[in-house]
Amino acid sequence: MSENIYKPYLMEIVNIVEETPDVRTFRLKFKNNEEAEKFSFKAGQFGEYSVFGEGESTFCVASSPTRKGYIECTFRKAGRVTNSLANLEIGDTVGFRGPYGNTFPIEEWEGKNLLYIAGGIALPPMRCVIWNTIDLREKYKDITIVYGARTVSDLVYKDELKEWEDRPDIKLITTVDPGGQTPEWRGEIGFVPMVLEKVAPSSDNTVAILCGPPVMIKFTMPVLKKLGFKDKDIYTTLENRMKCGFGKCGRCNVGKVFVCKDGPVFSYEQILELPEEY
Amino acid sequence: METTRKLIRKQSLEKLYAHLSGSRKIYAPVTAANKQVDYKYNPPYAEVASDHIRSTLSVKNIVFPKVENLFLFTNNRTESTITDIELFKIPEVVLWGAHPCDTAAFDVLRSIFCWDTKDEFFSQRVEKLTVIGFACHKSDDYCFCTSTGLSPDSSKGSDILLSRLQNGDYVADIITEKGNAILDSCPGLFEAAPDEKPVITEVKVKFSHEQVTAKLANAFEHPFWIENSLRCIGCGACAYVCPTCACFDIQDETKGKNGKRYRSWDSCGFGLFTLHTSGHNPRQVQSQRWRQRIMHKFSYMPDRNESLGCVGCGRCSSGCPVDMNISEQLEALQNI
Repeated sequence: MSENIYKPYLMEIVNIVEETPDVRTFRLKFKNNEEAEKFSFKAGQFGEYSVFGEGESTFCVASSPTRKGYIECTFRKAGRVTNSLANLEIGDTVGFRGPYGNTFPIEEWEGKNLLYIAGGIALPPMRCVIWNTIDLREKYKDITIVYGARTVSDLVYKDELKEWEDRPDIKLITTVDPGGQTPEWRGEIGFVPMVLEKVAPSSDNTVAILCGPPVMIKFTMPVLKKLGFKDKDIYTTLENRMKCGFGKCGRCNVGKVFVCKDGPVFSYEQILELPEEY
Repeated sequence: METTRKLIRKQSLEKLYAHLSGSRKIYAPVTAANKQVDYKYNPPYAEVASDHIRSTLSVKNIVFPKVENLFLFTNNRTESTITDIELFKIPEVVLWGAHPCDTAAFDVLRSIFCWDTKDEFFSQRVEKLTVIGFACHKSDDYCFCTSTGLSPDSSKGSDILLSRLQNGDYVADIITEKGNAILDSCPGLFEAAPDEKPVITEVKVKFSHEQVTAKLANAFEHPFWIENSLRCIGCGACAYVCPTCACFDIQDETKGKNGKRYRSWDSCGFGLFTLHTSGHNPRQVQSQRWRQRIMHKFSYMPDRNESLGCVGCGRCSSGCPVDMNISEQLEALQNI
């Protein structure tokens, strides 16, 4: 008998980080050692996380494949499943199916500068590839991260932001929307596209990886174009509602393209070919 | 396998039915008091319909149940467990009396369930299924199998295809090894086939599906979708009666600590189908959903699944509460 493709791995929550009042990061370990040993994934892939009795929800794996023995996911309390997930505690069991989807082409990026641009809750789907490339630091030239959120308390991964800020081989620019700052805030104040324009990173031999709410993408794209980035050198990761994760349930497609199979990672060149259905 | 043709007399057909239902479950069409035809398990032969044009629902639930458990679980927070569904327990079933459009739909479903990752729930059910198809001696204006590359006497998906002769006897085309096994198990019921041609209805070709597919490649932004979906109420009936619609939802259901995760039929016609938790919806209005339905079947599937997502059974049109006729729309589409 072949495997049941809908059956999740049983995972134990071994750590919980409260990133913001409504965002949590779970560190998950396989309950079964054999499954843990067979499991592997690459940056950009996603999975279906479940609370038994409440259902499944789709997020990217937020930890790097270079960090073995666990996976992490970061989610905002938004719907039925994420609210139920948020009620769980260390030691509780969740289900995980995956990994699904394609990956960031990090081998193709070797020898290039990397510019990561993220807004709000869109840092988690990018955190995996950020750490993956940082862990292979010598393969890449400059690494720049531009990250913005509405307010200081909405910034996720605060400890890691500190770590990146302290590293001499990473340039981190954080920003909060006007009015979102605290008296102690030492970062930028302003929306991501404006801050990006001010920082004006060079597009020469550089790949931009962009992830954020649609409004941020809309205003960031012209800035990237102005800086000289080509469509093929800009990457993003798409989200659409999913159930199965492997091209059968029929709801994540954008035209004939399955976000779950052909994505979630797309170059902007590919995005321009898609009908507006995402 | 090379097809062999035999004769099975009217009175032997009942014996064949009895023979098959003796060892397996048999799923056959029955006419209800309201004249609607629906498939049932193990109906007495006297009740089995043989003159109907189409059953209300297709027979896809035999391989893709309306609701199907994916696994069972107990949720004890720290010690949750999963119990697999014992797929090997799926019984052998004979599908009796299905028309060529419905039997051809199994291949279309396979192209979705097994195009990449193999879905064992679907595959195991197909493996346990033997199909006795009946060629159509009747049709109506809703039928358009001939426009989808099929015919009223297509043997696609059948293990044995029966076609009625003028006198009520049938010729039996033995199509597959499964069909051959039936022939071998009761050779006395079959005789040498006569030269006579069976009575097969004529279904007019209404459009060229190749031409529709070619037109759709550049029709995403066409005003056609709005004009032709204004009356669509998004009820999803077309997807539920469709033999090839395979989109599904996955949900959990619990009683105390015990529960099950199941999948169930869904429809791209529903607004909730693509709604994100954030409130964003990539298909906000009905015209986008109607476009998805046609595009999926006639453009995306030929491209991605190497199959056409339609067999021309006409159910979506005959069952539509606001009389949206798909073959009329496809006819119009090939000329946009």
